[in-house]
Amino acid sequence: MNPIVTFRISLASLGANKLRSGLTLLGIVIGVSAVISLMAIGQGVQQSITSRIESLGTNLLFVQPGESVQQGGLGGGAGSASTLTLEDAYALEDPVFAPAVKAVAPEIRANGQVTAGRNNTFAQVIGVTPEYTEVRNAPIEGGEFISQGHLNNYSQVAVLGSTIKETLFANRDPVGQPIRINGRQFEVIGTLESKGGGFFGSQDNQILVPITTAYYRVSSQRTTHGEVSVDSINVQMPDIGVMDEGMMQVATVLRLRHHITGEDDFIITNQQDTIETLQETTNTFVVFLGAIAGISLLVGGIGIMNIMLVSVTERTREIGIRKAMGAKRRDILVQFMSEATLLSLGGGAFGVLLGATIAQLLNGRPLLGNSPMETSFSWDIALLALGVSAAIGLFFGIYPAMRAASLHPIEALRYE
Amino acid sequence: MQPATIELKDVTKIYRMGNIEVGALRDVSVSIEAVEMVAIIVASYSGKSTMMNILGCLDVPTSGEYLLEGENVGQLGDDRLAEIRNRKIGFVFQTYNLLPRLTALANVELPLLYGNGHNRRRRAMTALSRVGLADRVGHRPTELSGGQQQRVGIARALVKEPSIVLADEPTGNLDSQSTEEVMAILQDLNQREGLTVIIVTHEPDIAAATRRVITMLDGRVVDDRTVE
Repeated sequence: MNPIVTFRISLASLGANKLRSGLTLLGIVIGVSAVISLMAIGQGVQQSITSRIESLGTNLLFVQPGESVQQGGLGGGAGSASTLTLEDAYALEDPVFAPAVKAVAPEIRANGQVTAGRNNTFAQVIGVTPEYTEVRNAPIEGGEFISQGHLNNYSQVAVLGSTIKETLFANRDPVGQPIRINGRQFEVIGTLESKGGGFFGSQDNQILVPITTAYYRVSSQRTTHGEVSVDSINVQMPDIGVMDEGMMQVATVLRLRHHITGEDDFIITNQQDTIETLQETTNTFVVFLGAIAGISLLVGGIGIMNIMLVSVTERTREIGIRKAMGAKRRDILVQFMSEATLLSLGGGAFGVLLGATIAQLLNGRPLLGNSPMETSFSWDIALLALGVSAAIGLFFGIYPAMRAASLHPIEALRYE
Repeated sequence: MQPATIELKDVTKIYRMGNIEVGALRDVSVSIEAVEMVAIIVASYSGKSTMMNILGCLDVPTSGEYLLEGENVGQLGDDRLAEIRNRKIGFVFQTYNLLPRLTALANVELPLLYGNGHNRRRRAMTALSRVGLADRVGHRPTELSGGQQQRVGIARALVKEPSIVLADEPTGNLDSQSTEEVMAILQDLNQREGLTVIIVTHEPDIAAATRRVITMLDGRVVDDRTVE
């Protein structure tokens, strides 16, 4: 039998039971559209996370305190004194020992109760240096950023993240207004541009103060040697090409300063590593979503098998007649296989359309938190879904088709 | 003398129903020449359908030989049997066995879908015209009378231009007028177009229309006479 005739016969057979075929089709449509739309959402989330991290700058190294061996072998957990000091940060700017370093921005982090008039909120207070705005890519929206003068004078000035600004001042201009951080009065000198919800807590929910002020007025952690300790040091390189070189130089400087011969008491991570780790995590998430959707596709496939088995039983006599007229096993097999595949492939095609439409409708809508979600529909996923649905049709169609093909013509003709 | 179209030599067919063996055919030897019209009268139902299945290559004998146009079809596999049914035999059934979803034309086209099937529409039209149903091609079986349905069945049997038309009780479900029409068509096929026509039946009346009558009882041939 030629393929066009087979196709026409299959279409006519499916058309004879429109409601039943439609419902069977629906199982596959739901499965495929779930795969497409969930994968689109997953990929969108992945892309927005990656681009958000990349917006911080991929040419960054983060130096963080590691296990502190100087403290009697106790692990340096949260709240314990850091092994990194402000002096370490300044040492990394040395053009002789660390020529690859472009800029350095140390941080001290603390949490604080912030009030302005009657409004109050809880925020992360970060002590920073003037380099922070450039190194961490945190541009000023209004007012000015913290200067070296502020650091020298331990000035009680603060730069507000956009969420804090809205919470405390609503639509009013906060620049020049007084706020209180843990009871101490600060003057607002500027606000930051909104960066959207970050993956590790919102950057918009931060208050930046001069690092010296943070140390003496807010936090006041000291190392065992009485130096000003910092929670992390951001190190910026001129470009991605010198990352490895820069990492070596930073490590060397810190080892010398800390007199380390054995294990390091600091950890250097680079932004690219962070992105890769996160991508692995989000990949798992996307695959997980796909697997859930895949289950519904499997259920759709079982629906096809069920309907094909019913169809074979109902059409036993037809099969007998066809065989008496000279249809071979293969002719009957091909006919029923093509019906099953037509169902699954048709469902797949509708599913791709529906899935793409859903992805398009969800695009730019806030789904999690308040940041808009970007969905990304990709053709390779669509083709994959079509391929999988065709395979499902073949897989679940083969058993009913074999049952049909192996019917004995005499018994099939006698069947009422 | 033309060569025998059908030659059964000591054909035995035994069915096993549980532990009991039922002999539907016992040592049947029959020879049918080309261009004969034969009625085979079989009293029992099981014997009749077994005879029909063996002659129509739907089943193979337990023992004995069946030569169809010189070819031993007793030992062939399913696919070869399907080919022979498709090329050499046109079936006419008591219950018509038309596909209810399909139009008369599509039903007649059915055998052409398998094997050699060019010019399907034209050949199906010709076959339908031959049985006088050229104006009913678009009708479905439910829209046709019993006689018309059986004529569609005959057209379907003819469309592949077989050498043998095998009719299983072709008039069993028909009124007397339709019976006459159908028998007239079958006689015409035999006399004008030189087809071998075999009618398997258990009604002796049908035998009146054929020259040769073979009578079977309990799976054996008990009478074989040709009216001159």
